[in-house]
Amino acid sequence: MGSFIVCRLWHGLLVVLGVSFTVFAVTRLFGDPVSLMLPLSASAEQRMAFAQEIGLDQPLFVQFIRFLGDLATFDFGESLWQRRPAIEVVFERLPLTLMLIGTGLGFAILLSIPLGMIAALRPGGFLDRFIVSAGLLGLSMPQFWVGLLLIVVFSVQLKLLPTSGMGTPLHLVLPALTLALTPLARLTMLVRSSMIDELNQHYVRTVRAKGLPFTRILRVHTLRNILISYMTLAGWELITTLAGYTVVVETVFAWPGLGLTAVQAIQRGDLFLMQAIVFVIALLIVLINIVLDIVFKMIDPRINLN
Amino acid sequence: MSAQTAPLLEVDGLRVDFASRAGLVQAINEVSLVVHKGETLGLVGESGSGKSVSAQAVMGLISPPGAITGGDVRWCGTSLLGRKGERYARSVRGKNIAMIFQDPMTSLNPLMTVGDQIGEAMRYHLGFTHVQARRRAEELLGAVGLSAPARRLDQYPHELSGGMRQRVMIAMAISCEPELLIADEPTTALDVTIQAQILELLARLQKELGLAIILITHDLGVVAGICNRVAVMYAGRIVETGDVDTIFEDPGHPYTQGLLRSTPSLEGTEDTLMSIDGIPPRLIDPQPGCPFLPRCPIGVDACRQAPPAEAWKGSAVRCWKAGADAWSMGATRAQEAGL
Repeated sequence: MGSFIVCRLWHGLLVVLGVSFTVFAVTRLFGDPVSLMLPLSASAEQRMAFAQEIGLDQPLFVQFIRFLGDLATFDFGESLWQRRPAIEVVFERLPLTLMLIGTGLGFAILLSIPLGMIAALRPGGFLDRFIVSAGLLGLSMPQFWVGLLLIVVFSVQLKLLPTSGMGTPLHLVLPALTLALTPLARLTMLVRSSMIDELNQHYVRTVRAKGLPFTRILRVHTLRNILISYMTLAGWELITTLAGYTVVVETVFAWPGLGLTAVQAIQRGDLFLMQAIVFVIALLIVLINIVLDIVFKMIDPRINLN
Repeated sequence: MSAQTAPLLEVDGLRVDFASRAGLVQAINEVSLVVHKGETLGLVGESGSGKSVSAQAVMGLISPPGAITGGDVRWCGTSLLGRKGERYARSVRGKNIAMIFQDPMTSLNPLMTVGDQIGEAMRYHLGFTHVQARRRAEELLGAVGLSAPARRLDQYPHELSGGMRQRVMIAMAISCEPELLIADEPTTALDVTIQAQILELLARLQKELGLAIILITHDLGVVAGICNRVAVMYAGRIVETGDVDTIFEDPGHPYTQGLLRSTPSLEGTEDTLMSIDGIPPRLIDPQPGCPFLPRCPIGVDACRQAPPAEAWKGSAVRCWKAGADAWSMGATRAQEAGL
């Protein structure tokens, strides 16, 4: 297990290096950071001085080494917009996004397992058809629209919940719900279909022949067997939420997390802040994958990744 | 065997139907069996004849689209069917009646250790603690002939070979000291040498524990070797039941006769083995009368009505012409016809 973790960490480090190289290449080679960050009216001298200040006058190789050194010390430069270290902004906003994701995805995970299992018990039955239809509906509605719909109903019409912003726990409800919808639908579908498959496996017949109660068969035997595919999808949902859905949902609800900050950084041409956000998210994704691999190995003894 | 004592298991006129798109499939119909303490009943027949379905019905393993639609299954005189029987059945299943299956490779939960899987039934039925169940599981693994049983407890099924897994299945089945073991083709998926070992193990356990066994197989050699009584199934019905010696010596039903003749023997002098022409009938809306009629060489008009169970040399034979030598007559007829 120890060597397995070391091996995964080593692979993770390689991925992070790849990400750094890509970020570096995209910002330095395919665009001009100086004209991106300075106003159009800046003079040639000002541009030159700025390029020198951020080290753009050096050869690319030297720039890359410096860039890596900066990454290693989490020094992403100063945010032009906020006038303070970019990483400070990221660490200030990240917990807010994690709180939103934790609530939304936690809700989706808690609900998807019982819903999927109920549907799988009687495939084609009334509950199954209801859950499948609701799931399809959930999958087909884009989040920006669901968000607006929820605001119209619960905030504007019923005046039950705040429209946007952050402050009380009530502010969390609508954005978390919007974020949860797609993962909830997809995870429920997965639990349903893999549970139907699993209940037809021969080992389930063996357990039934032991005379164990059906609930124990579900809880102890089949649930564990669908856990690998479930966690694979749940991990993927976490990653897409972190790197995509939050941008939309935080924008709709003006939730001041990392996603909204990313949008603002792009609008303001704040290259250093953007880099910091991309890098931290990439790092989180690599970490999530390592944790998932370790958990998989704990669930299924047949997995051998060495 | 001990016909005076009350039977352990009685299956009485059992019928199981499966709903399919093409119609209702009558998997088994009018199946009646009796198993006494300590005896071995062989259930033979070709694939699809309803052997496994009968066993699964006894174990309550029929699930939709299948359903038990008639008859009764009784354990020590009490029904296992119906809403009332279901509760009783759950206490009997796994404790008094245990079952092992054809495919040991897929019949174990891949994510649970061997020790936990063996201990599970004991913890549920006998109220064993984890430690007790583990200790007993180790003994059982030794009893079924696995080497280093203590080490096996923490192994997972994928670390064991097919023969070893079937031994684990057997250890699991006998863990609560059942009175009846249903073995559904326990050796079909195994190598020939391992097959013999597993059958020997079953025979030894039967002697030591006084187990009754229902052995489902299509291997007549196995039946002759270890069974006391045989029930022959064809197209979802039992066509002949009786003592193993009688049936091998003097089969009463044309199907049984054909089956025995199509089995090679060391003393056999024939150049070619006989085969029964035709295929078993479809089980969707079956014709009334004897299901074997289309393939039977001595079928008569009376066969269009369901035959009663005729007594023939101590066996019960469902045939209007029980005991008639179907195949030599048939062969003569075929020769006359110039075939």
